[in-house]
Amino acid sequence: MSLASALRDHDVARLPGKRDEDWRWTDLRGLIRVLPPGSPAYDGPVAAGPFGGLGEGEVLFVNGRVRGDEELLTLAAGQTRTVRLRFVSAAAGASHSVQAKVRVGAGASLTLLESYEGQAAGYLADAGLDIVLEPGARLERVVLTVDAADAVSVSTASVTLAASARLSQCTLSDGAKRQRLETRVLHPGVGAAVRLDGTYLLAGQRHADCTTVVTHAGADGTTEQLIKGVTADQSRGVFQGRIVVAQGADRTDARMGHHALILSERAEIDAKPELEIYADDVSCAHGNTVGALDEEALFYAEQRGIPAAQARAMLTEAFIGEVIDRIGHEGAREAARAWAAQRLRT
Amino acid sequence: MLKIENLHASVADKPILKGVTLEVPAGEVHAIMGPNGAGKSTLSYVLTGRQGYSVTQGSATLNGEDLLALEPNERAARGLFLSFQYPLEIPGVPALTFIRTALNAQRKARGEPEVTAPEFLKLAREKAAALKIDFDMLKRALNVGFSGGEKKRMEIFQMAMLSPRFLILDETDSGLDIDALRIVSEGVNALRSPDRGMLVITHYQRLLDYIKPDRVHVMSAGRIVASGGPDLALELEREGYDKYARAA
Repeated sequence: MSLASALRDHDVARLPGKRDEDWRWTDLRGLIRVLPPGSPAYDGPVAAGPFGGLGEGEVLFVNGRVRGDEELLTLAAGQTRTVRLRFVSAAAGASHSVQAKVRVGAGASLTLLESYEGQAAGYLADAGLDIVLEPGARLERVVLTVDAADAVSVSTASVTLAASARLSQCTLSDGAKRQRLETRVLHPGVGAAVRLDGTYLLAGQRHADCTTVVTHAGADGTTEQLIKGVTADQSRGVFQGRIVVAQGADRTDARMGHHALILSERAEIDAKPELEIYADDVSCAHGNTVGALDEEALFYAEQRGIPAAQARAMLTEAFIGEVIDRIGHEGAREAARAWAAQRLRT
Repeated sequence: MLKIENLHASVADKPILKGVTLEVPAGEVHAIMGPNGAGKSTLSYVLTGRQGYSVTQGSATLNGEDLLALEPNERAARGLFLSFQYPLEIPGVPALTFIRTALNAQRKARGEPEVTAPEFLKLAREKAAALKIDFDMLKRALNVGFSGGEKKRMEIFQMAMLSPRFLILDETDSGLDIDALRIVSEGVNALRSPDRGMLVITHYQRLLDYIKPDRVHVMSAGRIVASGGPDLALELEREGYDKYARAA
């Protein structure tokens, strides 16, 4: 069951929903009764994305159709490049699905500045990324979402790492009617390293789902994860993190942390951190906390003259800042900060 | 300056302040002493507007303006500063960023222009040196991982930076060794001026050797039960609070 297959076969029965354990908090089957028509081609203007003009090139998908040179997403051995990868939806009430391939050759280094952007209302968008890292390759993936409040947007990235490859990603999402950023990583161990960070900043009635699955298939691999979320109003955040340490993946070191703030009584957070361990001599840990802003710290800031709303934004921004500070690419880090500030200060 | 009249306040419907009347004129330092549970800290929170403290009767004004009608940040902008007994840690917000945000918020509320970054840094370097605060410490998240003494010094530093008109010091001496106490007291004394008032809340007389009060009040069971000159603090140190506990 997947959104991609439902759109391909134009069959609502193939939508994932409550009966699929991995989708029980993001029930598309229950939400969508009729699939919208396919999006038309769009040749009109596209506004600048959240990463502006950073990097050496851009691969742009509009309504599921590519504009620009997809070859930018393939790096030969030893190359270094920063590329914007944008998925823009520009047709109201229409649907599209797209697949993109990313190849990072041996020892090559790619910084992927990925964004999901809505230029219309009520669309249904699906994107699939197939990412392969060859031995010693590096990928830093920074994902920003700017989806419409009434859109449904799903992105699924499958990442396969070779020995001593490094994946470092940070997803920043502000949700949609339903939005999901899913990352599946096949981790070979043998010196490969994975970092899966993320944050969700939700308001209104937005819903964001951050799902990650890392499968450690071989020994001596590391995974580190820090997800921080904030939900306000009637929004809902979902975190599902699973780390599987397969038999033989000995000496795996995996750490997962999910920490969230609920800023209103009607906001919600559902979290499911899971560690499945079938190997020996592993070092795995997970921490999960959900709470409110520290009222005492808030009063302290107010007593010093900072108005309550500004104090709240400052403390929330600092909370999220820990994740954003870990982004390696300086320009992307600034773009992420600006993205977060814009959502917190309004 | 600060005028409190027949102030009654409750926490969770339990009356804590039962008719506090007190006046601190500009230029004076008044001390409030009293046993634990007398309501000293409650008084500081009621004056600064902390949530959960309800005023049931009476009034509190600063320069004739009703404090109780204002939000906590508005009271701060009018010049009211509370040095916390236990200063809070603010993870992820560097001390300088926090203080500059506070200073500019206060200035904005008063209709004054914001301070520029160079002006602010110059002032911060000057005040930090006077309080023997390592400037690098100001780049760290406010109070996170600071010792008790460092936190109190940061309170005085914030006071110096924000230049409030009325200071409330809540048990500022707790957790300080003699050297830190001297530095903190010098910082407070440097702020004494004819147009500034101070209320020093303390359990022990020790702090008053360093910050000499003009008047001393004894608080017990939610009321001021005795007032006098600086000698009253010495008498309390000798004889304890027992006689006032009975009087209350």
